[in-house]
Amino acid sequence: MAKRIDVSGLSAYYGSHKAIDDISMTVEPRSVTAFIGPSGCGKSTFLRTLNRMHEVTPGGRVEGKVMLDDENLYGSGVDPVAVRRTVGMVFQRPNPFPTMSIFDNVAAGLRLNGSYKKSELKDIVERSLKGANLWNEVKDRLNKPGSGLSGGQQQRLCIARAIAVEPQVLLMDEPCSALDPISTLAIEDLIGELKERFTIVIVTHNMQQAARVSDRTAFFNLAAVGQPGKLVEIDETERIFSNPSVQATEDYISGRFG
Amino acid sequence: MKTPSSTTDLPPLPPQHDGSAVSGKAVRPGDRIFLGLSRGSGIALLAIMAAIAVFLTYRSVLALSGDKANFFTTLDWNASGTDPKFGIAVLAFGTLVSSLVAMLIAVPVAVGIALFISHYAPRKLSAPLSYVIDLLAAVPSIIYGLWGALFLVPHLSGLYSWLDDYLGWTGIFSYGGGAARSLFTVGILLAIMILPIVTSVSREVFLQVPKMHEEAALALGATRWEVIRMSVLPFGRSGIISASMLGLGRALGETMAVATVLSPSFLINTSLLDPGGGTFAQNIASKFSEADQFGQDALIASGLVLFVITLLVNGAARLIIARRKEYSGAAA
Repeated sequence: MAKRIDVSGLSAYYGSHKAIDDISMTVEPRSVTAFIGPSGCGKSTFLRTLNRMHEVTPGGRVEGKVMLDDENLYGSGVDPVAVRRTVGMVFQRPNPFPTMSIFDNVAAGLRLNGSYKKSELKDIVERSLKGANLWNEVKDRLNKPGSGLSGGQQQRLCIARAIAVEPQVLLMDEPCSALDPISTLAIEDLIGELKERFTIVIVTHNMQQAARVSDRTAFFNLAAVGQPGKLVEIDETERIFSNPSVQATEDYISGRFG
Repeated sequence: MKTPSSTTDLPPLPPQHDGSAVSGKAVRPGDRIFLGLSRGSGIALLAIMAAIAVFLTYRSVLALSGDKANFFTTLDWNASGTDPKFGIAVLAFGTLVSSLVAMLIAVPVAVGIALFISHYAPRKLSAPLSYVIDLLAAVPSIIYGLWGALFLVPHLSGLYSWLDDYLGWTGIFSYGGGAARSLFTVGILLAIMILPIVTSVSREVFLQVPKMHEEAALALGATRWEVIRMSVLPFGRSGIISASMLGLGRALGETMAVATVLSPSFLINTSLLDPGGGTFAQNIASKFSEADQFGQDALIASGLVLFVITLLVNGAARLIIARRKEYSGAAA
């Protein structure tokens, strides 16, 4: 179900601009790893290299290795489409397919992967919506468009859509930054439940959120604007927030810059 | 700066009027001029529309009251002499059929080209390609007509014989030989003529698909075609409809190209490949110069019908777009 991610010597570029430089880290299975750091430090870019979404951007390219258990995602002959079916992603702004109903939104990924019987599809959609704590709110209007839900519900719909295909890893790119505090809380609770089944990586600007939801935290920083972002350190969340081993981390966390 | 005589104060002072400084109307000359200009333009537009409608209706009524046959079903156009008999059945059939053929050919091709430009072609290719497509729109219709008559017509008889061999049994595609100056040829020509407008409007819509919708599909493991099917086409649906309607509007009203290619006759021929038939615009253009006063009225009446058909087509398109609004993505 959940796999370990092992990144070594990874750099990502936009055209000739190097966005992140030589990152190596391990992400443990069935845990939540949070990426924090100032804007522009490349944490979102790094996240997008983990499911090969970075190269979708014109000029985007990647050097280095990302091992998912014992398979290199950037190995020759690896299909990026197949990678993205294994590594799911939730975006900053909720992006349900506007023309699809709630049901079809959740079923979208399944329909890409193959043919299911109607009853199977119904079961998986119900299970996924329950998994995303959304079932009770939408079970009476599965045929209504997903864009009619509130922002927080839409984001949980996107999570349901992502977990419906049973990915190995779930990447979340600031999933709460467009949401109100109550919806944020609902998502954070959900993350706590989902880590029983998935490997979760979350990018967040909210340090309290990182402290609340994550088991391990990685701090990214950049030397100056225009310089590539680097991984400063990754450690147990508790240690990062109480007694980090690098001074820059402590400065950032205590609000002395960034 | 010219100051109207009513406001003789220096510019920084508030305009003089009775009552307190904040209540009442403080109209500045610039506002007044622009209000007058824009209101005048609006009224002029309505007045021109009304004048056209009154003119068309008045002359049409004159023609219809003199028509000795049923205006809608008669298969003839004889609007002179003491016993005028004319009807629009042939024209309505020819106009709708040729436009339908044009739409069936042009819309899928145009959507394909637009998708290629917006989502498949490398940037180096998509810019010149868009330019060439837009250039097609700038070619005058008489040029299309000449090309159609001198190149397309002689080269289509081979295709038509082939269609006759395999699909002749349908009745629609039977072909008796001879010059291919038929409604189907007109449809092909119209398809080429409306291709640019449908393509460029669709392309613009496809380029506006929000990145986050495409990424939603990509992140689920969609291939490029699946991204297009899940995100791009649904988002662009109303745009494709609008684009098609723009094209259809042009096809319905196209005059010179049709008149140059078609060999007209007042018969409804179920075989689209055989010469004959006619369209509203082509009929008006070819008969107007030789028509007497009453003949002109009769042609104007047919023009009014074309106008109504165009209105109906546009209304239907708007209805389709409005009904899809709930799903349009505007709320997302």
